[in-house]
Amino acid sequence: MNQMLEIRWHGRAGQGVVTAGELLGEAAMETGKYFQAFPEYGAERMGAPIKAYTRISDKPIEIHSPILEPDMVIVVNPNLIGVVDLTEGLKPDGIIIINTSQTPQEIRKRLDFKGGQVWCVDASKIALEEIKRDIPSTMMLAVVSKATGIVDLDTIIHLTKERLGGKLRPEVVEANVRALKRAYEECVQG
Amino acid sequence: MATKEAPRLDLPWKEANPGGIVLDAGNSVTYITGTWRTLRPVRDLEQCTQCLICWIVCPDAAITVKDGKVVGFDYDHCKGCGICAQQCPVNVKKPHAITGEMGKVIQMVPEADFQK
Amino acid sequence: MVESKYMPLDGANAVSQAMRQINPDVVAAYPITPQTAVVQNFSQYVADGLVDTEFVPVESEHAAMSACVGASAAGARVMTATAANGLALMWEMLYIASGMRLPIVLTVVNRALSSPLNIHCDHSDSMGARDSGWLQLYAETGQEAYDNTIKAIRIAEHPDILLPVMSCQDGFITGHGVERVGILPDEAVQEFVGTYHPKYSLLDTDHPVTMGAWDFTDYYFEHKRQQTEAMNNALPIVKQIFREYEELSGRPQSIVDMWGMDDADYAIIVLASTAGTTRTVAREWRARGIKVGVIKPRVYRPFPAQEIIEAIKNCKAVAVLDRAISFGTPLGAGPLFTDITSALYNEGITGLPVVDYIYGLGGRDTVPPMIESVYQDLQEIAATGERGALVRYLGLRE
Repeated sequence: MNQMLEIRWHGRAGQGVVTAGELLGEAAMETGKYFQAFPEYGAERMGAPIKAYTRISDKPIEIHSPILEPDMVIVVNPNLIGVVDLTEGLKPDGIIIINTSQTPQEIRKRLDFKGGQVWCVDASKIALEEIKRDIPSTMMLAVVSKATGIVDLDTIIHLTKERLGGKLRPEVVEANVRALKRAYEECVQG
Repeated sequence: MATKEAPRLDLPWKEANPGGIVLDAGNSVTYITGTWRTLRPVRDLEQCTQCLICWIVCPDAAITVKDGKVVGFDYDHCKGCGICAQQCPVNVKKPHAITGEMGKVIQMVPEADFQK
Repeated sequence: MVESKYMPLDGANAVSQAMRQINPDVVAAYPITPQTAVVQNFSQYVADGLVDTEFVPVESEHAAMSACVGASAAGARVMTATAANGLALMWEMLYIASGMRLPIVLTVVNRALSSPLNIHCDHSDSMGARDSGWLQLYAETGQEAYDNTIKAIRIAEHPDILLPVMSCQDGFITGHGVERVGILPDEAVQEFVGTYHPKYSLLDTDHPVTMGAWDFTDYYFEHKRQQTEAMNNALPIVKQIFREYEELSGRPQSIVDMWGMDDADYAIIVLASTAGTTRTVAREWRARGIKVGVIKPRVYRPFPAQEIIEAIKNCKAVAVLDRAISFGTPLGAGPLFTDITSALYNEGITGLPVVDYIYGLGGRDTVPPMIESVYQDLQEIAATGERGALVRYLGLRE
């Protein structure tokens, strides 16, 4: 990678969006890259729309400002469509990764996005089935891995185990790992 | 539903209210927080005993009451916290009219189910 | 013009008298040396029924200013007083008051902000608050402290300003020093300050408003821009109010007091009581035919840059006297010096030698021989063309 990858996350406070952004950056760091992960601090209340940003680069990152023209937009909560301008500034050849039960074609139509790639994954469904809670954010990382190869799935799984291992019961950690693998397998591009 | 005008968020500095004073009292009604919801409370009105406990405990005044009776939810402002469902003391005697499940009169269902 | 009645008053009592005549709706205050007398006297007036003021005795200065903020938001005319560490404890609320555009008047009796522990006069307390969005007035005498207190009400409440005002005088030197002070008739003061008609009030239930609400990244900057605009535009209004007060009292009022500045070669710029000492020396030097002058800003925030620059631009050398150090500025100069030198630069005046003298910290006496040494230094600078040390110390044991 010769240039910086800039990612904007959309979700709702309490969904683990910020953590997922940090986790992605950490995964990149594991492979020797530089990263920044930061949320747009607002009135943090459960459910309020929030944005977070992740930058990944081979070189030290000096800029300190929100990302205006992202290479990738990750939408953790599909009910933000129509509430927030999700494609604002997204490069024409950019990538959208969205947690939805809809198809990439349906999402393209709803977002009026013709270029780049759209990746869909029903992360909420997977989360509810595996983890029994609607916490889909980290599953988006598996899709980032598949879409870009910028981080590999094993690194994400390794970091997830490390992060959750100290706090959660082993079976819950395993459920999270299963969810990651399913997201990697079940996501579709279109 | 909101009858007030939402505050402008794009005024140039000369037109802003000095000191950040808010002249239009009660304009938070224009702030639609219902979009924050990931789970939606649904009520089996027929089996509801009208105890009004949900109305007391709702932190967002999103239980709509008319003539002393609960008539529904203010989904523009309900954030889906689930306190009403948690505190609802009444169990249904037959399957819930909306979810088809047994359990409380107020139950939480994924918001996404309503978006399709 | 109305006749003043002359009374022997210390500076603190002079302020209390002004407060009695203003008869504010609310005073919330906490005692601290050397301000104590202000509040003590005033609470006596409250107890004696001489004023209608709701006096709120509080548990700290933070609480005092908080109560003032609440009362002012409720539409009351509000005053308080403090000094030094008390002002420091108010700090957080100073910014709340100015940011909410509340016209509170605070009289400060200047005292060193320890440590090492010291209760005597310098300007480290109010100078630290110079960026807090309050207007600042400095008084040379008890008389000026009295006059400034009354003017401060009109300035703060002016609809085009709506900012709090800090009216300062030197602790002990004037605060506890008794002088002949002219007191206007009560009715004249009442008429001058008039009735406060707040545009918005929390108690106006027919027009309910919210004040002090969460101000996010989308508006905070705009509100600060408005605040600085109000401050930037305040000087002409302050001048007008000073002029009105001059007509009323017959006492000269200018935002910057000039002595001998029409043709001065050597000027000293100094705030508050030491301006008088400086003028005393200047008179003697003038009598000897040396063209010296004295500049005393009565208003420090907003900074009257134009008036000062206009007065000094033809001088041969200028000294600034600072009763506070702005630690970490180049060579540890004082705030007045940095304001003046930056104003000179902005006007494109770079050839004028200006030096700074830190003086009187922690109540160190500043006596005429010290002022003479300053004028001598200025003569030497002009004669040799060598500016020498930028920051010097007056009355310090070397």
